[in-house]
Amino acid sequence: MAEYSAWQVIKNAFNGNTDWKQAWRKPEPKSSYDVIIVGGGGHGLSTAYYLAKEFGIRNVAVVEKGSLGQGNVGRNTQAIRSNYLLPENQHFYELCMDMWEGLSQELNYNVMFSQRGVLNIAHHPAQLDQFARRGNAMRLNGIDADLYSRADVGKALPGIDMSEHARFPIYGGLMQKSGGVARHDAVAWGYARAADRLGVDLIENAEVLEFIKDGDQIIGVRTTRGEIRAPKVAVCVAGSTSEVMRRAGIDRMPIESHVLQAFVTESLKPIIHTVATYGGGHLYFSQTDKGSILFGGDIDGYNSWAQRGNLPVVEDVMSEMVTLFPGLARVRLLRSWGGIMDMTMDGAPIITTGPLPGMYLNCGWCYGGFKATPGSGLCFAHAIAKDEPHSKAIPFTLDRFSRGYAIDDKGQGPTPKWH
Amino acid sequence: MKRLSSGLRIDTSVTLRFTFDGKQYTGHAGDTLASALLGSGIKIFGRSFKLHRPRGVMGIGLEEPNALVTIIDNGVREPNIQATMVELRDGLVAVSQNRWPSLDTDFGAINQLGGKVFGAGFYYKTFFGPFRNPRIWHFFEWFIRRAAGLGSAGHVADPALYDRMNAFCDVLVIGAGEAGLEAATKAAEQGQRVIIADLNPPYEATGALASYPNVKVLTRTMVWGAYDSDTFTALERVSEHRAPNHGEPRHRHWVMRAASVVLATGASERPMVFPGNDKPGVMLAGAMAHYAEQFGVLVGEQIAIFTNNDSAYGVARDLANAGASIIAIVDVRSSISDEARITAGLAQTEIILGYGVVKTTGKNAVTGITIQAVDASGKTSGPTREITCDSLGTSGGFTPLISLSVQKGARPNFNENLQAFLPPALPENWHAVGTLVGDGLPHPAPVLLIQAETPEDKAFIDFQHDVTDTDIDLAHREGFTSVEHLKRYTTLGMATDQGRTSHVAGMGRMAALLGKSIAETGTSRLRAPFAGVSLGSIAAERFGHVMPNRLTPMHDWHLENAGQTYAAGLWHRPMAYLHIGETIEQAYVREARAVRATAGLVDVSTLGKIMVQGPDAAEFLNRIYTNMMSTLPVMKARYGLMLREDGILFDDGTAWRLGETEFLVTTTTANAAKVMEHLEYYIQCIWPDLKVVATSVTDHWGAMAISGPQARNILGKVVTGASVENEALPHMGIIHGVIDGVEVMIARLSFSGERAYEVYAPAGHARRVWEALIETGTPLGLVPYGLEALGTLRVEKGHVTGAELDGRTTAADLGLGGMLSKKKPFIGSAMANRDGLIREGRLQLVGLKSLDGRALNGGAHIIENASVSEVATSLGHVTAACYSPELGCYVGLALMSDGRKRIGQKLILSDPLRKMIMPIEVISPHMVDAEGSRMHG
Amino acid sequence: MRINCPHCGLRDVAEFSYAGDANRTRPDPNSTDMDVWNDYIFNRVNTRGRHHEFWQHNHGCRAHLIVERDSVTHEIFSAELAKKSAIAPIKTAKTKAAKS
Repeated sequence: MAEYSAWQVIKNAFNGNTDWKQAWRKPEPKSSYDVIIVGGGGHGLSTAYYLAKEFGIRNVAVVEKGSLGQGNVGRNTQAIRSNYLLPENQHFYELCMDMWEGLSQELNYNVMFSQRGVLNIAHHPAQLDQFARRGNAMRLNGIDADLYSRADVGKALPGIDMSEHARFPIYGGLMQKSGGVARHDAVAWGYARAADRLGVDLIENAEVLEFIKDGDQIIGVRTTRGEIRAPKVAVCVAGSTSEVMRRAGIDRMPIESHVLQAFVTESLKPIIHTVATYGGGHLYFSQTDKGSILFGGDIDGYNSWAQRGNLPVVEDVMSEMVTLFPGLARVRLLRSWGGIMDMTMDGAPIITTGPLPGMYLNCGWCYGGFKATPGSGLCFAHAIAKDEPHSKAIPFTLDRFSRGYAIDDKGQGPTPKWH
Repeated sequence: MKRLSSGLRIDTSVTLRFTFDGKQYTGHAGDTLASALLGSGIKIFGRSFKLHRPRGVMGIGLEEPNALVTIIDNGVREPNIQATMVELRDGLVAVSQNRWPSLDTDFGAINQLGGKVFGAGFYYKTFFGPFRNPRIWHFFEWFIRRAAGLGSAGHVADPALYDRMNAFCDVLVIGAGEAGLEAATKAAEQGQRVIIADLNPPYEATGALASYPNVKVLTRTMVWGAYDSDTFTALERVSEHRAPNHGEPRHRHWVMRAASVVLATGASERPMVFPGNDKPGVMLAGAMAHYAEQFGVLVGEQIAIFTNNDSAYGVARDLANAGASIIAIVDVRSSISDEARITAGLAQTEIILGYGVVKTTGKNAVTGITIQAVDASGKTSGPTREITCDSLGTSGGFTPLISLSVQKGARPNFNENLQAFLPPALPENWHAVGTLVGDGLPHPAPVLLIQAETPEDKAFIDFQHDVTDTDIDLAHREGFTSVEHLKRYTTLGMATDQGRTSHVAGMGRMAALLGKSIAETGTSRLRAPFAGVSLGSIAAERFGHVMPNRLTPMHDWHLENAGQTYAAGLWHRPMAYLHIGETIEQAYVREARAVRATAGLVDVSTLGKIMVQGPDAAEFLNRIYTNMMSTLPVMKARYGLMLREDGILFDDGTAWRLGETEFLVTTTTANAAKVMEHLEYYIQCIWPDLKVVATSVTDHWGAMAISGPQARNILGKVVTGASVENEALPHMGIIHGVIDGVEVMIARLSFSGERAYEVYAPAGHARRVWEALIETGTPLGLVPYGLEALGTLRVEKGHVTGAELDGRTTAADLGLGGMLSKKKPFIGSAMANRDGLIREGRLQLVGLKSLDGRALNGGAHIIENASVSEVATSLGHVTAACYSPELGCYVGLALMSDGRKRIGQKLILSDPLRKMIMPIEVISPHMVDAEGSRMHG
Repeated sequence: MRINCPHCGLRDVAEFSYAGDANRTRPDPNSTDMDVWNDYIFNRVNTRGRHHEFWQHNHGCRAHLIVERDSVTHEIFSAELAKKSAIAPIKTAKTKAAKS
């Protein structure tokens, strides 16, 4: 297949765009592979790509219940950042950030990674000190961060309520300029196309019904498109982790599935130029290249497997949005949707070999999985290929909870709704 | 175009003036902006999203994809409003969008030259460059962002009010068309409590319904969301169409809980898809008739009709009756019913069957069409024929507005006869009626699409987003064939009209390419809202009042006495009381100094306070706290720690034993609600056998702490009915007493490290007690002190707060390991000794002292050595910092890796964010009176 | 969503807060079996479908309820006071949990 480039786009335009080929094949599943990846979302697809690219394992099938990229990679607010407090998270997400910077070229697909900055707004001195602790920890680890004054925040976000009488007057902020957004669908499709070009079979509409076992050893999966076997079966199904693991005989996981809603307004000329978060409540927002303000808030707060949210959170998010931007009260909400988040007991992910022999598990991304897509795929591919963790993913084990090594960036303990 | 002498909705005796793009126009009362502009001869209303093609009005209501405008009201901008949905009012200011410099001359139209390049998803294939550099996309993005977007929002704060209303009813009827009215009337007559909501302004029939006492009629109201447990949300445009009365909201957010619901949301017409179908002057046929009948606007005088169903024949008749010439009715079907033929006869027009429109002529408005024979698949053949006309009405069938019926996730059913998606099977208490379920809708020919011969003559499917037939073909070619992929790759149906006019045509094209039926191809999921809803309306009463304010009983006193308050969570608390000319630092140092020298008074009402009562209260607290509470004597208090189940510190506070079976438990301000829920959870869910209840009394008591060497002396002068001397009130003792006639509780507790007492007074009398203390104390050197001084005093003592109890620290980390009882299990005891919680290298509480006279910054980190690179291993971080009047230097508390072993070491404090590097010494966190003689004295 | 509080009647979800999985039994406080403790503290059944869970009516009577609810449709089948609940929590010891 031809490389994508400006030249190809122009050349094809003169052929009426009739020469473009399928972005990825739609193969029939073979009876066996070296590796089966369960889940054709962002992380599953990137895992497949890095298995083929970095570890030379190309006889790989990605089995997906529906069509590719329809889980959280297709329903998030696109933010990319590595502005974490704890070093375990910082190191991993900075690996991701580095990969994002070259991802369009790597995949030969424009994922529209736009480093427009991620700004956390602080509303009182103690909050700014907390942000400073995090920002300094980032700087000491070589990650960019800047402390913003009140005036800097006002400059970065024209139209924001700078009044002294605001419910939570703006005091300053923490900016990560290398943070930003990427086009979510492009990430899924770019990885799918790139993995396919390396020989990976992407098998859509194949739901895993059961894991085939030899004793305790996982040796394949029975899907709605037949049995597929492989010595290594990797599970990468985000919000569906608990149900898929149940099909492997594991009834309880350190995970709760929660719904996170996202919202877009109608399309507007550029008005919000960075990604930002509100420190007086729970709100984050940016504006897409198409012009929609893309924003969200807290998870609904109870177990849910419905890809739709509840009303109180809609009301909370809208009130916070117009509190920050009282000039946007007449702008209109166009669409809302919900994604299922695999919330862990410390808010950090799990990338591990096991928990059963022949099995590999990648889950627990809470509501931050999109930005992890490259690093998660690379580290998971490493675990699958080498049966040992990637150097940046060593802390993200399943047994960290029992051993007392939780990676609790928010300090909320084993109560997923608070992470 | 012709303005007729009358229309059902308008009052021609009232003339309203308005401007569009700065030019004055007039219309009539009852007009929409669209009808008034059409009536003024305007053809171009806006420019399309991607290609900036000139566009006119297509429809009459929410289906309108083209005629988007910005309304400007005293500087407040309301972008992307469908002109068809704006009720005209005198003085209305509307401007067109997505064009520069003007609608007629739009430089963005240059995009049309690149139309072939801008196929679906072209941006995924380019703009990133051959080598790694994220700046390349950033460069292109700058231009793309400015070219994209529709209207502009502004920065002028909206002064309008928004409002919320909760409502309950037996029957909620959504839509006041024929079917909705019938359902509402029937329910009303049965005596049920009915709410009927309709998008449009009131009219005769809604007026009639309103006369039932058990019916609430909501007009100008759009029900936009169907949430769980039959909760519906609606937007009422209360005063958008006129100036609001005093105190009246602009929009009202309705949250309605209905025992049963009748969906009567109707259906909207959709256009035919053919080359050149986006030219101004090409409209929905039904819309043409609607403008003539309702608004007295005849949009054309030489009208051609292009249809695939019978409804357009009635339109032709109506338009002819209104005075237009119907040049021809072009119908893709090869035969039609006698009824249609008779109807058309009344319009005295030519019927051309088996033909389709293959081209429209005219630059910025249609002046003629070219037709050609067409088969059922949309393929054209044979000779062409040109027809001159000044407008073209098209009807491609009807799309029922099913959004509310499918928002919860059920898939709709495709009906072949209607060529439309209908509501799925509904719950028992939901009913769908009228055209929403297809009643009375014509049966169109199967969806077809006439493709353009040349790329210039595009056949538009999604008008606003410029999605054409060739975009769908490209998506198919590249494998984006599933409904969701198609939608995302081409942006089909993602415009502000949410696919009302485009969805079925798009699905039809993809189904044809796949050789499947539309039913097999499926449809994407419709989600709330039904159509755009103002953010302000959903924020409702919280617009401008996002969260409640919590004020202590002494709040007004603080303000009256130069207290500098700030928001800490929901509470407002004084940082310091400023004397004239003082900085905050000077003020807190003065206040802290006074506490250690004489006495200070601080408001601690925000502390969480919980009564724990019952025969098992002591046993319960033994399980909750790490230390033993059952041994606490009556009228004594004890400091206590709570852990989470995972062994991490949760909160600290005090327990006051007020009786054998009665404790008052205090918590930190930040954790008050969480601790309360924690106690209730264990009482109700885990240990239901314990006879104990917990009650929050945080707001019942005003609380203040008086500290300092003079504290006892001052207290002794104001308290009656009890002695405050050491024998009666030793450290951790409690007494009941009276201050200025108010019964108070006094516990001798010290956060500052001085001789100190917490005085609890009923909230309504707390200010009186506070003032009595101030009045008596001031001559003895008592000063009020704020949170900054409180923080300073606690830092000097090494007492911990939320900055150290950060959800990751253990009791041992903070030097409180001795408080974990070994005699009894408690929450967290089983987990507290796990490997990760007792390992080497954990962060421990220490004190820090500045060695160069500069202040320590909160959030700065401790490192071993300064070096050229700022990258370094963090040993820990400053949790709190202040100037210590006692030590005469800047100090801080820190959490530091193996900190206790490092006491005495000289290290570096690094704060790259604020560009500060300074030498510090690690010291004990107990900087003042480590043995505690002052507070016991 | 609305929950039928036994004390207060049918109330909006905004008045309640979720208090977690009710399919767990807290181990004997004196137990030193860390597997049992870890399973209790860190693992959840997280059912897709009918799920027993605690809710607190914290903007109402403050009662904790055991609610049986479908986690996909959000249909609520029952809500009773946790303190008086006859719903026996599922015994967790026999089924298999991720070793966490």
